[in-house]
Amino acid sequence: MKLLTHNMLTSHVKGVTKGYPLIIKATEVKVNELEFNAQFVSRMIPKLEWNALIQAAEWLGRSQDLPSTLIPNYENDEEFLHKVHRILLEVEVIEGCLQCPESGREFPISKGVPNMLLIEDE
Amino acid sequence: MCKCLLVLYLQFYNEQEAKKYSQNSRMIEIQTQMSERAVELLSLPEDQPCYLLDVGCGSGLSGDYLSEAGHYWVGVDISTAMLDRNKTVWFLSEVLWFLCQLELITAQAMKAGFTGGMVVDFSNSSKAKKFFLCLFAGVSGVLPKGLGSESTDRGVSNQAQFTAQRSRFRNMKGKSVKKSKDWIMEKKERRRRQGKDVRADTKYTARHRKPRF
Repeated sequence: MKLLTHNMLTSHVKGVTKGYPLIIKATEVKVNELEFNAQFVSRMIPKLEWNALIQAAEWLGRSQDLPSTLIPNYENDEEFLHKVHRILLEVEVIEGCLQCPESGREFPISKGVPNMLLIEDE
Repeated sequence: MCKCLLVLYLQFYNEQEAKKYSQNSRMIEIQTQMSERAVELLSLPEDQPCYLLDVGCGSGLSGDYLSEAGHYWVGVDISTAMLDRNKTVWFLSEVLWFLCQLELITAQAMKAGFTGGMVVDFSNSSKAKKFFLCLFAGVSGVLPKGLGSESTDRGVSNQAQFTAQRSRFRNMKGKSVKKSKDWIMEKKERRRRQGKDVRADTKYTARHRKPRF
């Protein structure tokens, strides 16, 4: 699971109002290189929940390079875009789980795939 | 701006079928074509990599096409067996169970405030016919034209498509029941079209024969 995906995920447990962002508890993380595309990265940045991304990076212990608030004129900062590219698309959680911040319900991640299926009653 | 396009091609597979499904070259061909057409209908800006959601992505055959086209994508599927072959996916039960019926989807979509309608490719051919439900959210979209037809369905249409073929006793798949007269006549036509040598039709054609025949 890439952090780009995690940025879009929310808990849909019944009755939960604050199901975002899901807490990442990773037991296995891999870094898979992906071709850098500056255009894509700079266009995705405004669509992201930046705070959630920083938090996710913190949970994975990789928040050192990233600023806590977006810098203006980031589109032209190649180094910054590279850092975002890395954390967004190259760092992948292979095993672990995602935890709903309100209900505590855990969604397992197996072979890089999060399972968000709920049982009938939830 | 958010565009949404649903390609109706849903089936649920278990482990064995999943393997068969992704290795079968014909299925791969169909999936690739469907994906290509779906992306076409999205009318994405040229040469711009986009972030796409593939609902009911299965083993990722359609996803492979999306990657080839230079897009980034996330796939969603309910079937675990198929997902083993792919990385970036997650399950979403509610959405997929609800996607099983055409009228239901269209009605729900309109209720939810989407605009759009059905695009039908090759509406006159029962075999090649493909349905694409195009929904637009937040943008006023112009519905693309269906392939291979002069008159296209614009807006929401719940009417059934009538084909030129008359065929009694169609089974669930819309095909004639095997070995019936209609099936035999269709098969002979098919073979004639293929240029093969076919006996002329007489009053005896497809006549029921006794078991010992």
